[in-house]
Amino acid sequence: MERGVAKTWRSANARYNLTGVQCTNCKTAYFPPRMVCAKCGRDTKMVEKKFSGRGVIYSYTRIFVPPHDFTEEAPYTVAIIRLEEGPLVEGHLVDGKKPEIGASVRAVFRRMYTEGSEGLIHYHFKFEIV
Amino acid sequence: MSGILGYGVYIPAYRIKTEEIARVWQDDASSIEGSLHMKEKSVPGNDEDTATISVEAARRAVYHSGIDPKEIGAVYVGSESHPYAVKPTATIVAEAIEAGNDLTAADLEFACKAGTAAIQMAMGLVDSGMIKYGVAVGSDTSQGRPGDALEYTASAGGGAFVIGKRKEEVIAEILKTVSYTSDTPDFWRREGASFPSHGGRFTGDPSYFRHIANATTMLLDATGTTPKDFAYAVFHQPNGKFPLAVAKQLGFTEEQVRPGLITPLIGNTYSGCSLIGLAAVLDIARPGDKILVTSFGSGAGSDSFAIEVTPNIESKRQRLVRVSDAINRNKVYVDYAMYLKHRNSIRKW
Ligand SMILES: [Zn+2]
Repeated sequence: MERGVAKTWRSANARYNLTGVQCTNCKTAYFPPRMVCAKCGRDTKMVEKKFSGRGVIYSYTRIFVPPHDFTEEAPYTVAIIRLEEGPLVEGHLVDGKKPEIGASVRAVFRRMYTEGSEGLIHYHFKFEIV
Repeated sequence: MSGILGYGVYIPAYRIKTEEIARVWQDDASSIEGSLHMKEKSVPGNDEDTATISVEAARRAVYHSGIDPKEIGAVYVGSESHPYAVKPTATIVAEAIEAGNDLTAADLEFACKAGTAAIQMAMGLVDSGMIKYGVAVGSDTSQGRPGDALEYTASAGGGAFVIGKRKEEVIAEILKTVSYTSDTPDFWRREGASFPSHGGRFTGDPSYFRHIANATTMLLDATGTTPKDFAYAVFHQPNGKFPLAVAKQLGFTEEQVRPGLITPLIGNTYSGCSLIGLAAVLDIARPGDKILVTSFGSGAGSDSFAIEVTPNIESKRQRLVRVSDAINRNKVYVDYAMYLKHRNSIRKW
């Protein structure tokens, strides 16, 4: 429980604002943030990079048998989004338009799940088809 | 005095029609549409709440204003449906607009007028020089008891305003604000209760009309103006009918009120209501236009504002998401069963 709360708190900026990192050498952008560039290794510096939230659907799947925290939400769609800055990011699609590969999306701010009626509410970016 | 640097609104995509609610309770839909002037109302998605609505509105407001969010010194969120009983919505909003940690923040509650109270608090800090910019949000996911008249109007949405005072940034100067407040038991919800209670007919004359009329008259007196001096007037809109009635009583015309009358399209967004109405008027206002806004919150009180639009409004419009676009984007209609599911009133076994 306590470990969960600490993890939630540390990753808030990434989860709320789609903030990742970019390699100062080869300019490759990453999400989630990582310490080392996959291409340049340790001989470069990684700096914080805020993504625009715009991208296209690279792939998607409909979830009918969800993990425990998402029982109330199912069925729902999880997609891999190709952000306009390059990286592939996994995220839930909000309800509304029917998903298609290549459809344009934008990041929105939503509830991800709640820990029962007395626990924390977890907020996260999701994607909306535009 | 301080003024508005930017604003943003957010309305959930889902809608339920008045006739669909009337179908379930065997009410006469056309007489309700006639008496409340309500066609449909917004419904939050099941992953939306006051925090998510506030964040979307505040992000649009900050973008519209063009300011660096790190220079925001205060974030206030007014709502009667904060997701937590204890843990502020305002800190979630501050994090999600990347305002940094060098700021003050708090949640407010005053039924439907907590959003305008947030604007006044931000103005005080800006005018005193304590902060450079303040963000004031009013947003709600309000609930009406199933079968109650309020169920036709209680909806979801929010508005956010960035307050500052640098002349070159202000798109609308706030010339004056006054408030009228009294202990009036017209509407309430106890801790832990799912739905509000109200005093029936008591919500009209002694509360809504009395407070709005007094605050508006005080403002006109304090500024030496008459209704004719204003291009637009926005009054709190619990339904489509009350604001037109109070306007008439005060000497404002229907033409001054119509452009800011948004409740017939989306329902009563409570703390978001007056802010969304003001935003709709700012969307079309021209430099030099004067706008009067008077909110109302049960319990009870009204905040009244005299606002004058500056030439800066034109150049910032390319960064704006208009109220009409926020309302009409991706609209999805739900029936009453889906509506209950969205409100978490029915759950999977
Ligand atoms: Zn690299």
